[in-house]
Amino acid sequence: MYDTKYHRASSLDEAAKIFASADDGAFLSGGQTLLPTMKQRLAAPSDLVDLTHIDGLSGVSVDGDTVKIGGLTTHYEVNQDNALSKACPALARMAGWIGDPQVRHRGTIGGSLANNDPAADYPAAMLALNATIHTNKREIAADDFFTGMFETALEEGEIVTAVSFKSVDKCGYEKFRNPASRYAMAGVFAAKAKDGSVRIGVTGAGDDGVFRWTEAEEALASNWSADALDSCDVDSSGLMSDIHASAAYRANLVKVMTKRAVSSAD
Amino acid sequence: MGIEGIGARVARKEDKRFITGKGRYTDDMVVAGMKHSVFVRSPHAHAKIKKVDTEAAEKMPGVIGILNGQQLADDGIGNIICGWMIHSKDGSPMNMGAWRPLAQDTVRYVGDAVLIVVADTKAQARDAAEACIVEYEELDIVTQPDKALADGAPQIHPEAKNNLIFDWGLGDEEATDKALASAAHITEMDIVNNRLVPNAMEPRAALGIYDDAEDHYTCYTTSQNPHVARLVMSAFYNVAPENKLRVIAPDVGGGFGSKIYIYPEEIVCLWASKRTGVPVKWTADRTESFLTDAHGRDHITKVKMGFDANNNIVGLKVDTIANLGAYMSLFSSATPTYLYATLLSGQYNIPAIYGNVRAVYTNTAPVDAYRGAGRPEATYLLERTMETAARELGVDPAELRRQNFIREFPHQTPVIMNYDAGDFEVSLDAAMKQIDYAGFAKRKKEAESRGKLRGIGMSCYIEACGIAPSQAVGSLGAGVGLWESAEVRVNAVGTIEVLTGSHSHGQGHETTFAQLVCERFGVPMDSVSIVHGDTDKVQMGMGTYGSRSGAVGMSAIMKALDKVEMKAKKIAAHLLEADEADIEIENGELKVAGTDKSVPWFQMALGAYTAHNLPDGMEPGLKEGAFYDPANFTFPAGCYICEVEVDPDTGTTKIIDFVAADDFGNIINPMIVEGQVHGGVAQGIGQALMEGTYYDPDSGQLLTASYMDYQMPRAEDLPNFQLSTSVTECPHNPLGIKGCGEAGAIGSPPAVINAITNAIDNNDLTMPATPQAVWTALHNKGGSRDDKNQFDRHITKAAK
Ligand SMILES: Cc1cc2nc3c(=O)[nH]c(=O)nc-3n(C[C@H](O)[C@H](O)[C@H](O)COP(=O)(O)OP(=O)(O)OC[C@H]3O[C@@H](n4cnc5c(N)ncnc54)[C@H](O)[C@@H]3O)c2cc1C
Repeated sequence: MYDTKYHRASSLDEAAKIFASADDGAFLSGGQTLLPTMKQRLAAPSDLVDLTHIDGLSGVSVDGDTVKIGGLTTHYEVNQDNALSKACPALARMAGWIGDPQVRHRGTIGGSLANNDPAADYPAAMLALNATIHTNKREIAADDFFTGMFETALEEGEIVTAVSFKSVDKCGYEKFRNPASRYAMAGVFAAKAKDGSVRIGVTGAGDDGVFRWTEAEEALASNWSADALDSCDVDSSGLMSDIHASAAYRANLVKVMTKRAVSSAD
Repeated sequence: MGIEGIGARVARKEDKRFITGKGRYTDDMVVAGMKHSVFVRSPHAHAKIKKVDTEAAEKMPGVIGILNGQQLADDGIGNIICGWMIHSKDGSPMNMGAWRPLAQDTVRYVGDAVLIVVADTKAQARDAAEACIVEYEELDIVTQPDKALADGAPQIHPEAKNNLIFDWGLGDEEATDKALASAAHITEMDIVNNRLVPNAMEPRAALGIYDDAEDHYTCYTTSQNPHVARLVMSAFYNVAPENKLRVIAPDVGGGFGSKIYIYPEEIVCLWASKRTGVPVKWTADRTESFLTDAHGRDHITKVKMGFDANNNIVGLKVDTIANLGAYMSLFSSATPTYLYATLLSGQYNIPAIYGNVRAVYTNTAPVDAYRGAGRPEATYLLERTMETAARELGVDPAELRRQNFIREFPHQTPVIMNYDAGDFEVSLDAAMKQIDYAGFAKRKKEAESRGKLRGIGMSCYIEACGIAPSQAVGSLGAGVGLWESAEVRVNAVGTIEVLTGSHSHGQGHETTFAQLVCERFGVPMDSVSIVHGDTDKVQMGMGTYGSRSGAVGMSAIMKALDKVEMKAKKIAAHLLEADEADIEIENGELKVAGTDKSVPWFQMALGAYTAHNLPDGMEPGLKEGAFYDPANFTFPAGCYICEVEVDPDTGTTKIIDFVAADDFGNIINPMIVEGQVHGGVAQGIGQALMEGTYYDPDSGQLLTASYMDYQMPRAEDLPNFQLSTSVTECPHNPLGIKGCGEAGAIGSPPAVINAITNAIDNNDLTMPATPQAVWTALHNKGGSRDDKNQFDRHITKAAK
C-alpha cells in the first residue's frame, strides 16, 4: 500500500468537503474492495474519507410498500433484517451469499453499488427491483445508474446515501458462483412487481456489466413460471468470456439461473 | 501398544502451537539490524535485458542496496542446478541450460528474478523496486510443451536445441510393440495431466545473515530439507563452505514438494547480506508464490494398452511430453522419469512396458515434484485407461482390474520396480463393500428422478515411497544418497531427545517419532523431544519428501534406539547384577525378567552420566546415532472409489461419496495417517475438479496468479471420506511400514474423473473437470476436439 491520508468524516457535508480538497480522494465504506486494491498497489488515493462514522446512513426501513436501505448498511445487516426478510426475502438471502462472514460484516450496499463490479450481486437486484439510488445530491433510477463495467452515473465526490424500492409481488435470486472467486459468474434476480410486470437483472455475465434480460421479462410477464423460459435464449454475443466460462456457457447459466430464480421466488 | 506407543491415536503435540498462533516460521524471525528485501522480477515471459538503471531507485528513502546478476557472477555465485542426471536414449547427457539466481542477460519466464532491493522497510523496498528501470527486448515465447518441440519454436536455452532437455526411455520398446501388434484389443488414450500450483499455506521466505567477524552465514528458510540446502548451496552455488553455513528450517507451513528445492531467493539473501552488511529478509507474497514456486505435473501423454482375447493386458506403451518450465529445478528431471515411468505397471501383470519421456523447456515457472511426483501422473493415465478399456471391452471395471492384478510377491515389473509386498484384492473388495458397489444402479436411478446424473469410478493405485537404496539411485543419476540419519540422546535425568534428519512441515513427526520411543522404553511422551530442521543441531540428514520420513526416517530412529537399548540394558544388568540377556524394558523400568528386581529408566540414565558404576571399559553417557539406507522402495497401494452427481444444467459435479481403502503397512498413529489421506485426497480432488494453471499462450502471463482465478478445494467441496486400511508389512524395514503422505493425491484424481465420465457418458474430459468443462463434454458428445488443452480451446473460441 502506498501512503495515504485517512480522514474520518462525521457528516455528509464534511465528507464532501474533504473529498473536494483532496488531490485524489476516495470514499471508504467497508473497504472490502478498496483496501485489497490499495494493498496490491493497484489503487493509490491520496486521501481516504471514511464514511462509516456518519450517523443515519445505515439500517433498513420498511414503510408500507416502500423499502429503504441506508448506503452504509452492511451485507450482514441486510441479511439479518427481519422486516426485509418479510418484504423482500430474496434480497436478504442474497446479501447472505456475498463473500464470507468477514466481508459481510464490513462490506456495504453503497460501496458495492458505487463500485459496480460486473460480478457483484446487488446491481442485479437493484435493476430487477426498479430501485432508486439516493445520493447526497440527487436520486437516480437503477436503469440509469449502472453505465458499464465498474462505471456508474455517480459524479466525482457523489455519495450513495441509500437505495429505495417498492416491494414486489414475488422475487428470487440465484447465483452460479465463479469456482475460484465465488463472485457471481451468472447471477439472476427475477422480480414480479405488484402490477404484474417483470424485471430480470443479470450480473456476472455481461461484457458491459449488469443488464436486464428483456426477452425473459416479456415471457415471464405473460406466464410467471420457469417453463416460460424454455423458448428464450440469451444472446451470447454480449457476454463475457474468460478462462472460467465461455460466453456460450454463461448464456446457458443465465437461463438456468433465471429459471431457478423464478422457481424459488417468494 | 501403550496409550502413547505404536498404533495409538495420540493427539499431535505440535498442534497447540500451530493453532494458537505460536508457531515460529521464517517470517517470524527477527534479528538485530535486519532489513527487508523485494525482488524485481521480469514482467515478460522471454526477453533480453537491454539495460538496468537503478540510480534513482538507490537514492530513495531507506534503500541500502540494489544488487544485480553481474555482481552475483563477479562474486562467483554458481548456477542453480538440477541434481539428477538423465541420459537420453542416445546416451547423451541431458541438456541443462544455465539458471542464474539473478538473471544476467535473458529472462525466461514471468517472475524470473532480476534484481534484489534491500531497504529499511518492506514498503521502502517495494517503492524502490518500482523505481528500478529495466529495459527489455521481448523475444518470442512458448508456454505449451508440445508446441515447444515444434520446428521453429522459440529457442529458450542455447544448450537445449528445440527446447528438448532429454528424450528418455524405459522398458523394452521392441517387445512392447510386438505385444501390442498381437493384441486382440488396444485401448488408446490422449491424457493431459494438468499443471498445479502447490499453494503451501506459508509462502516461501528466507533470512540471510552474514557475520563478518566469524565469516559465517546463517540462513533461516522454508525448507523441507535444510541439510540438502546447505550441501547444495556450498557444493554447487559457492555461497559458503558447509562449516560456515548454518541452515535453519524452523516451523514450515506446508511444502508438498515445493520447498525441497533451492531457489534463487535464499541464495541471493545470503549473498546480499554479505554485500550490504545487514541481515536480509525476504518473504513471498501470494502472487509471487503463484509465479515462482515450482509447479507440479504438466504432462501430455499418448497411451496404448493392449489386451489379449481373454482381457489380459499384454503390453503398455506410453509417450509423454513433460513440461519442465523455464529452468531445471533441483529434482525436475527425476520426477517425470524414475518417479513416473517406473510405476507404469500399476497393480497389474503387464509383460511388456515401454515409456518414452521427452522433457522440454517452456517460458513458464519451473516444474518439479509436487505431492506424489510422477506417481500421480502414472496412476492417472493407467487408471483412466483401465476404466476406458473396461467400457470398450464391455466388462466391469472392477473385474478387469481384479483379473489383471499381480498376486505373487516379490514381483519384478518390466520397469525396474520390484514390488515386495501387497494384496490388491483386499483393498478392492474393502472399497467395493464400503461404497456398496453392487447397489450403484439403484442409486443412479434414484438420482435420475431428481434430475441428476450419478456416476461411479475407481482407481487402483500403487506408488513407491522412501526412494532408495542410495547405491541404486546413484546408478540412475541421483546426485545424492537417499538414506536418513538419527541420533538418540538420553539425558542424565532420563528424558530423551531424538535428532532426526527428517523435517516436519505438517506431517506430525514430533508426535509419531516420539511414539516410537514411548513404545520402546515405556517412558511418557512428555519426556521425549524431537529435534529437527537445524544443521547446527542435527547431523547430516536428507529431509522429508516422497513419503520417506516414516519408512526411512523412522527406520533410522529404530536403529539408533536399538543401540541405546543395548547399552541401557548393559548398564542395568550391571547395576542389578544380572545377565544382560535377562533385562526387559517395560513401563519406564529396566527389569530382570521373572524377578522383582528393577531399576527405573531415569536412574539407569543418571548412572550412565555419573559413571560411578559402569561395566568395565564402558564409555560414560548414553547417546547413539545411526544412518539407515533402505534396501528397496516401499509400495503403498490401495483402491479408491468415488461417486458423483452431475447437474446437467450447469455441469457442476458434487462428490457424494469417496472411499479410500489403503495398505500402508503398519501404522504408527492412525489419526495422523487419516489426516494425511484426507489432505492427499483433498488435493487430488482439487486437481481433478478445480485447479487449472493457465498461461496466456501469447504473452506468457500467468492468468491464474491469485485465488480470484485459481480454485483450491474448500471444506464444502468435499464429502466425509470413508477410510479403511489393511496391512501387508513392508518386509525390509524394521517397522514394516510403507508411507502414507502422498497416496491420497496419487490415487484420487482418476477415481473422480472416471466417476464423472461414467455419469455423463462421455470419456472426452480433461482435468480440471470444472463445471464449464463438464457441461461442454455433456453437450458436446461425439464432437471432435483436436486440442486437449481447455485453455487453448477457450482462446481459439474467444478469437473467433
Ligand atoms: C473475499 C471477498 C469476497 C467478495 N465476494 C463478493 C460477492 O460474492 N459478491 C459481491 O457482490 N461482492 C463481493 N465482494 C465485494 C464486497 O461486497 C464489497 O464489500 C463491496 O463490493 C464494496 O463495498 P465496501 O463497503 O466494502 O466498499 P469500499 O471497498 O469501501 O469501497 C468500494 C468503492 O466504492 C466507493 N464507495 C464506497 N462507499 C461509497 C458510497 N457510499 N458512495 C460512493 N462511493 C462509495 C469507494 O470509494 C470505492 O471506490 C467480496 C469482497 C471480498 C473481499
